[in-house]
Amino acid sequence: MSLTIDEVLKIATLARIKIDQTEAERYARDLSGILDFVAQMDAVDTSEVEPMAHPLDLPQRLRPDEVTEGNQRERFQAIAPAVEAGLYLVPQVIE
Amino acid sequence: MHTKTLAELAAGLKARDFSSRELVQHFLDRIDRHNGTLNAFVTVCRDRALAAAEKADARLAKGEGGALTGLPVAQKDIFCTRDIKTSCGSRMLDNFPAPYDATVVAKLDAAGTALLGKLNMDEFAMGSSNETSYYGPVKNPWNTGCVPGGSSGGSAAAVAAGLTPAATGTDTGGSIRQPAAFCGITGLKPTYGRVSRWGMIAFASSLDQGGPMARSAEDCALLLGAMAGFDRRDSTSVDEPVPDYRAALENSLEGVKIGLPVEFFADLDSRMAAVLDAAMAEYRRLGAVFEEISLPNIGLSVPAYYVIAPSECSSNLARYDGVRYGYRCENPKDLEDLYMRTRGEGFGAEVKRRILIGTYALSAGYYDAYYLKAQKIRRLIAEDFKRAFRQVDVILGPTTPTPAFGIGEKTGDPLSMYLSDIYTIAVNLAGLPGISIPAGFIDGKPVGLQLIGGYFAEARLLNVAHRFQQVTEWHRKIPEEFA
Repeated sequence: MSLTIDEVLKIATLARIKIDQTEAERYARDLSGILDFVAQMDAVDTSEVEPMAHPLDLPQRLRPDEVTEGNQRERFQAIAPAVEAGLYLVPQVIE
Repeated sequence: MHTKTLAELAAGLKARDFSSRELVQHFLDRIDRHNGTLNAFVTVCRDRALAAAEKADARLAKGEGGALTGLPVAQKDIFCTRDIKTSCGSRMLDNFPAPYDATVVAKLDAAGTALLGKLNMDEFAMGSSNETSYYGPVKNPWNTGCVPGGSSGGSAAAVAAGLTPAATGTDTGGSIRQPAAFCGITGLKPTYGRVSRWGMIAFASSLDQGGPMARSAEDCALLLGAMAGFDRRDSTSVDEPVPDYRAALENSLEGVKIGLPVEFFADLDSRMAAVLDAAMAEYRRLGAVFEEISLPNIGLSVPAYYVIAPSECSSNLARYDGVRYGYRCENPKDLEDLYMRTRGEGFGAEVKRRILIGTYALSAGYYDAYYLKAQKIRRLIAEDFKRAFRQVDVILGPTTPTPAFGIGEKTGDPLSMYLSDIYTIAVNLAGLPGISIPAGFIDGKPVGLQLIGGYFAEARLLNVAHRFQQVTEWHRKIPEEFA
């Protein structure tokens, strides 16, 4: 499996990570190597095997639909890069 | 004081040989003196530690307090500590004072320990050498030209050099056991779900598990007793009673069946094999019997892991967007630019590499071929272990293929780095507990022995490790420079 530089740039866009051309070249090489390596899995027939998502195969726990945590907006926003009037600020999205 | 185990220090506190304040001050002084060489601590919590020590002394004076009251510990910087920087080894969180304490932090605080500080680690726990940290590599106290292992490298180095008597670590593919082996200490990765993940910054959620790192199995038993337990805040926490891990330590090993997976020994370096042979001879003298077993699918654990872990990491790390906390790029021109540059500048090379692999593996059209396939392989590996544990009580093998490698030796080749976890990764995929204990040296560098147990068999593992440590001195060795 060999990834091209353009494919790597597309994956980086999907992951919302800005990378430059030099990085893309290196990642194309690294990622292709890793994909070749993990392709060893294909040698095993797993058509009859149930995928394992949780080591203990436990069901998701449910809880009553009740409020259990208080609002801590000020505490959480105190560490935000930019806030105003209780809102998180980002660059303008709508003209 | 810094060469003693937690259990010995606890006895010293009870006997009033020294106060908790003196003990904490001693370790703070050690950190001042040696951290410049080792780079094990990212943050030192001097005032918080001394305040906790004074509280502990007041309790001890009244004859109160539990097994850990007044003992210093340090936390891997992946555990959230309220109002204290919690960096996870990343530029992304270099400015992040966590708004709450992780369950593990709260539990160790409640047990009366004094938090000395936060320990260096591979960025977001992605690495096997501590070289991916934003704060630079940690040095191995046994040979400062070598890595301490990773990702809990700061934890392992700090314990080995006597900068803290105990530390926490996390283990997603070997990140407690491999650095414990490289630094000559004892490190336990508990069963998945045994220790709460709440407030432990997520890397690969179906694999991550926190655990203790210390000088001895007895110390790990003490720590695990305080760290383990059900937590409603962690949806994968298991509601299973916590036994008294110290109660079983002295159990006899007469007739205990230890499995030797042929796959672990087939290509093992001869000097590593010699260290393991000597350890097996000790176990035979203790009454244990050995049986050859097979884990036929274990060769696929590293490939399956490098699909599952990056996939889950790409999803978990999507939260770092420069909006709510953490790093934000300068002057973003629009929202897209804010996301792209924040993440491009905030993450290091290895974290980006794993996010990219995971994004690819989960992208439309590839999910079945990669993530689903890897989850099926994962079941085959877990079934191998289940079969083995019908035959034997514990499994023994090496923790790592070699002792600690040199700083810079593997950074150019991600795959060679990944393969340094070849003996530890399967345990995470299956969700089992595993422990690494010191078993000898090669060229002055420690070698670790790994024991693997069935689900929730931590007490048995600690017992088997403790009996070995009663008849050997490997876990007592201290690097000369830090004696």
